[in-house]
Amino acid sequence: MTKPLLIMCSLFTAIVALGSDHPAVRVAPTDSVGPRPLERQTETAVTRDYLQAWRSMSDALDQNRTDLLNQDFIGTAKEKLADTIREQANLGIHTRYRDGAHDLHLVFYSPEGLSIQLVDTVEYYMEVLDRDKVLAAQHVRARYVAVLTPTEIRWKVRVFQAEPE
Amino acid sequence: MKSKCTFLLGGLILAAVPLALAQTGGLRLPKTVEAGSAFSIQSSGSGTAFLYIVGPGQVLRRDVQLGETTFFAPGDLHNAGRYLAVLVGGSSTENGAFDVTAAHQPMVLSFLAKPSRLPVDLHDGISGVVYAFDAFQNLVLVPTQVSFQLTSVTGAEQMRTALTRNGVAWTKMNSAAQEGVAKFVARVGDATSTRVIQQVPGNPCHLRMSARPSGQRLAVETEPVRDCNGNALPDGTIVTFTETYSEGESTVDVPLKRGVARTDMPAYSGAKVSVATGVFIGNEIHLGKK
Repeated sequence: MTKPLLIMCSLFTAIVALGSDHPAVRVAPTDSVGPRPLERQTETAVTRDYLQAWRSMSDALDQNRTDLLNQDFIGTAKEKLADTIREQANLGIHTRYRDGAHDLHLVFYSPEGLSIQLVDTVEYYMEVLDRDKVLAAQHVRARYVAVLTPTEIRWKVRVFQAEPE
Repeated sequence: MKSKCTFLLGGLILAAVPLALAQTGGLRLPKTVEAGSAFSIQSSGSGTAFLYIVGPGQVLRRDVQLGETTFFAPGDLHNAGRYLAVLVGGSSTENGAFDVTAAHQPMVLSFLAKPSRLPVDLHDGISGVVYAFDAFQNLVLVPTQVSFQLTSVTGAEQMRTALTRNGVAWTKMNSAAQEGVAKFVARVGDATSTRVIQQVPGNPCHLRMSARPSGQRLAVETEPVRDCNGNALPDGTIVTFTETYSEGESTVDVPLKRGVARTDMPAYSGAKVSVATGVFIGNEIHLGKK
């Protein structure tokens, strides 16, 4: 009796999270992030800009538009995503990434304040499409490591990489 | 809302079906692949199909003969991340996920050393941060030992080691007692990165002047101005001479030239002359009354 109930609850949670326009976000307490204290305002800005980067990435990969990456990505992360978009366009496919839940841990803030690293256990729904035809769809749970660096007005994602949980 | 839920439920069911096919069908995937290494995917059945490898980091497509093994050459899939393999043949599709991990050995170090210029003899004044990447610019996430070495102009060395955590390691070093250029090196295996740190004299620690009459005026001159470690302050550092007398005060700002500052001032009977640089005050000289 307990198992079906758990499955139903999980399914309900997934539907609620994925059905919402905004993902469920949990930010773990940041007591210590290495050599530099993390101010509340910085934590809020980094979290906001990282989540915005997910939205930009999702739109860019769905519409195969590299220009949508400019606001939130920089360096290697931007180059790799732009390459992916070009490959998708060449193959006539596009992908949709809908992030449903993020469990964020800010793990490192460099001494001079020029980079901040976070680990995100993220759940997202991924679809691969050939024009409007869905070729595949999958619910994914992955652990992402991201490094953000400050620019004039916002934090931008410089490293964005998933690893096995 | 109802349509959204229906869509999502449909999506979840759709997600479950290919997964079942992947399990019962014959799409045999590696669980993990090291970035840039060769790997293969086995399919079952007969006929032809397209095999897509899709992730945020890279997308590939291969024409495959079902029932045969599809080989991927070294370097084909080089960006770490989670990938979906999708086999599209006729009206049916199969899919499954696998991970590409960074290589274990870092090849490129992103090394940030700060500041590039600082006073001598500062405890933990220099910081170094290393992000370790493999040959394909993937962050190497397995813990790896990084050695940091700071060598000053005299050859004095400071060594520290740190283990990377999530691909990053950091350290702090003291600046040397002697001014000059220091080399700051980060090393992991054969991968090294070097930064140059300029160490400049600290605040003055010794400021002493002498005065001698020069006609109706007074010639004042400092001894060489040094910091607490004996480093000469750089030329151009401003030294201020102040003469206070019964009718008022005269001030002269003089830049250091070859380590000393010199000027002449009016020789007022009973005046007091003092010298300072920055917030550091030197000695005073009292002139006798005629």
